[in-house]
Amino acid sequence: MRLGVLPAPLAGLPWRVLIPLTLLVCFGAAVLYSAAGGSLQPFASSHLIRFSAFLVMALILRRFSRDLVMWAAYPAYAGVLFLLLVVEAIGVVGGGAQRWINLGFMQLQPSEFMKPCIVLVLASFYHSLPVGMTGTWRALVPAGMLIALPMGLVLLQPDLGTALAIGFGGAVMMFLAGLPGKWFAGGGVAAVVAAPLAYFFGLHDYQRKRVLTFLDPESDPLGTGYHITQSKIAIGSGGLFGKGFGEGSQSHLNYLPEPHTDFVFATMAEEWGLIGGLLVLLVFGIILRWGLTVARRAPDRFSRLLAGGMTATIFFYVAVNLMMVMGLAPVVGIPLPFMSHGGSSMLTNMICIGTLMMVDRWSQRPAGASALS
Amino acid sequence: MRQKFTPTLLTQTFERRSFIIGAVQGGVGMLLAARMGYIAVAENEKYEMEAESNRVNLTLIPPRRGWILDRNGSPLASNRADFRVDIIPDRLEDPERTIQTLGNLLGFTPVEIQDLRDKIDKAAGFQPVQVADGLDYDTFAAVSVRLPDLHGVVPQRGFSRYYPTGPAVGHLIGYVGAASREEYEAEPSPLLLTPGFKLGKDGLEKQFEQVLRGRPGARRSEVTARGRIVRDLETREDVQGRPIQLTIDGPLQDYAARRIGLESGSVVVMDCVTGELLCMASMPSFDPNSFSDGIGRVEYQMLSENERVPLRNKVLKGLYPPGSTVKPMHAMAFLKAGIRPEESVVCSGGLRVGNRFFRCHSTHGRTDMAKAIYASCDTYFYHFAQRVGFDRVAAFAREVGMGQEFDLPVASQFFGTVPDPAWKQRKYGTAWQPYDTVNASIGQGYYLASPLQLAVMSARLASGRDVQPRLIKSETAPNFPSLGFSSEYITYIRQAMSDVVNGPGTAGRARLPLENVLMAGKTGTAQVVSLSVSDGRSGPWRYRDHGLFVFFAPFENPRYAGAVVIEHGGGSGAAYPIARDVMTFVFDPAKGLEALHGLEKQWGGTAQERLAADYARYAAAAGVDLPPAPSDPATIMRLVDAEARAAAQSPPVATGPVEPRPETPEGATP
Repeated sequence: MRLGVLPAPLAGLPWRVLIPLTLLVCFGAAVLYSAAGGSLQPFASSHLIRFSAFLVMALILRRFSRDLVMWAAYPAYAGVLFLLLVVEAIGVVGGGAQRWINLGFMQLQPSEFMKPCIVLVLASFYHSLPVGMTGTWRALVPAGMLIALPMGLVLLQPDLGTALAIGFGGAVMMFLAGLPGKWFAGGGVAAVVAAPLAYFFGLHDYQRKRVLTFLDPESDPLGTGYHITQSKIAIGSGGLFGKGFGEGSQSHLNYLPEPHTDFVFATMAEEWGLIGGLLVLLVFGIILRWGLTVARRAPDRFSRLLAGGMTATIFFYVAVNLMMVMGLAPVVGIPLPFMSHGGSSMLTNMICIGTLMMVDRWSQRPAGASALS
Repeated sequence: MRQKFTPTLLTQTFERRSFIIGAVQGGVGMLLAARMGYIAVAENEKYEMEAESNRVNLTLIPPRRGWILDRNGSPLASNRADFRVDIIPDRLEDPERTIQTLGNLLGFTPVEIQDLRDKIDKAAGFQPVQVADGLDYDTFAAVSVRLPDLHGVVPQRGFSRYYPTGPAVGHLIGYVGAASREEYEAEPSPLLLTPGFKLGKDGLEKQFEQVLRGRPGARRSEVTARGRIVRDLETREDVQGRPIQLTIDGPLQDYAARRIGLESGSVVVMDCVTGELLCMASMPSFDPNSFSDGIGRVEYQMLSENERVPLRNKVLKGLYPPGSTVKPMHAMAFLKAGIRPEESVVCSGGLRVGNRFFRCHSTHGRTDMAKAIYASCDTYFYHFAQRVGFDRVAAFAREVGMGQEFDLPVASQFFGTVPDPAWKQRKYGTAWQPYDTVNASIGQGYYLASPLQLAVMSARLASGRDVQPRLIKSETAPNFPSLGFSSEYITYIRQAMSDVVNGPGTAGRARLPLENVLMAGKTGTAQVVSLSVSDGRSGPWRYRDHGLFVFFAPFENPRYAGAVVIEHGGGSGAAYPIARDVMTFVFDPAKGLEALHGLEKQWGGTAQERLAADYARYAAAAGVDLPPAPSDPATIMRLVDAEARAAAQSPPVATGPVEPRPETPEGATP
């Protein structure tokens, strides 16, 4: 899509996604403004500032060349894996689980980086894998290792939500890479068998409780079920058109937990109603559809896989968060992209967007050509 | 067979699979949209309600209790405005300054201010902390005026139950208190848990709980998840409970209770035309005012240790051998059985029945029915009871109210015993003996009656009608059927009972000090232990005889009937002076009070004052700090206390000469 009225460098930008995305972020900022009791501080202003900063970063990322990205895949993966180890080590030394490294000016959460990184490294892996080996163990085992290592480290933190995100990203990459369909069927069966085992032996008590509560929220309306119940009340009481901007009682009277992060959608739905909810879904639909379009149009296997994986990563965030707030999934700490207040998730999602724009740019020019090369 | 992979095939696979992923994404999007539509539209009403019930907190306001009125509409139980100041810690802007200002306004000592500070520190934040209660209006107003500077301070206006005549109505009306766990389990209403709500615990307060309760008000306020009040939305006023009007005459009840004085006993007065109970005094009693604030440990201990059982309503639950008070009634039974009044026996100090000699308390010589009543001759009744057979006497006794339970709104009444052969066979499995007839004929042996039954007996005997006692005032006057006594006999018995008091009888000192009203009555002394243990008049209190007196007045056209029972009074001499003074008060309040004031001077104050003094003494002995004396009784009290009526009817009278209580009863009868 090109707009003739704009100067060339601007006209080349994918406006059809940047405009809805910016609108979504601004809408998110409005919701955060309301959640803070009608104030830009402390959520809305930092939300907008972060978006601006990360948008610049994404635009810079867009200029990266395919060769550079392909070259950087393994080092980046190794670097993030190393950071995960560092976090684990700090946790052991400091006596207590920890998820971030304090850099002084910000809390760096390496597991967030791993989500785009796993997509990148697998795209690179399948790109370089000889086509003929796609149906052999060589297509599965090394990739499996690449997924399992960070997943294991993240699970140790323990952070089930992020681990599942990494696993999901990896699985989608394998699927798109064309691995035999029956493997996925087998994996599905294995998951069904493993789920009860994982439930009883792998999960922490609080996680097990969340799963139980998800299955029957009313069993514990003041304990763990409280989150789901209050979120459904917020969404349900919003009705068709909502209670009006700044009028949400669930969020303003603190009935809704985490009204500015994980449950920001419920905060929004209470005040904007079903109309607001459909708008948000529509924007996400536009972004994801664009992502898949970019993937299909991508010039080669690497960039196709990369774009597909990035789209899936964003999708995973959106789907799990919305299912959670609507009571269709257990409470896992996954924020809603572009709306929830929080630097790490904004960073990850903007990396995904930046990567997609980059792939989009590659497909408009001959592969390999780049301003930075 | 292994599939062959080519770049083209992989690209196709990618296309296909990315399409699948796109479809899954779209599907999930549709699912989410549908789910949201379902929650927000289909279930909107349910969730809107839940959001409202989250947001809005309903605080119940305890309803004002209905008043309990006496027959003239004066309150026996009312509500007293109660001022109190609370603090909601979360709303304090400058806690230290507010506490200081409030402390100054309320005249707190530094220690009390420190206590308050500690209380606020410990409080949950959004729940009110009581600073002071029982405030007078001026202090309350002083705090209210300063409210704009005192954020978080909430002056509250509540009500507490108030019984102007205190102990005089304790047993009759009962008292109120906060709901117990059992009461809440029986009636799990949130109102019962509301601070400040009290329900009837005893007596009429309990019987008429649902009538008196009223409907609670409600205060709706917006609250946060942690319970902090954001703002008040609206307040619905409470609906006061309906009043109930009793047949009781407040001043008479107060007078009778006070006239019992240091004794333990009960006085019942009823209207023998309408059956209305005018007075059901039972003393010693408790002060329902202090019970309603929660019974103090010391107070309860003091009451429960008292051998005169101040916690029992003796009118309904005191059972005594009626003694000679049944003689006029038995005489009427003889008349109905065909004995003529002139028929007589010679009393030579007793009667031989079988091989035993039963003593009369005196030697009366030739005795007919009238003399047998006014002189209380036992021999006469020994003789004619044998002749008529006690079966018939007992049947008649039941007809006039003995052993009966009456249709009254009370929690329980004891109905005693009218012994007869069938009853004895059933109860003890032994045959009725001649000596049983002898004992029962003078109201001893197995005979047991409550003061209420004695009063009803007296009323039925005096009026000849089947008078039913009533406690709740109604507009319609009942018409009681006749019991079928001939008017000749009624006149005869009335005259004989008048002679007890106004003639040559056993209770000359019971004569009313009035020109135109003559009271008729019958004395009774109920033996508690055998004469070998005690002579019944002196020695340990619990061995002394009960003193009884049944009466009606005016004797020629009875309007009032009643009974006085003094436990261990040492004989009927303890009972009939009380009946005399009570009936004097009925006809001439000023004269009645004159006598009472003289006596109260000797006893050390009114019943209420003595109870307070006892409490102080007991508490001092127990070494427990006393709470400050209660504030002055409200002006409301002036409406029901005995003095009010005298003041309304005549100029204040000077206290007359003291009439000492007899040490030994005069004209004692067995």
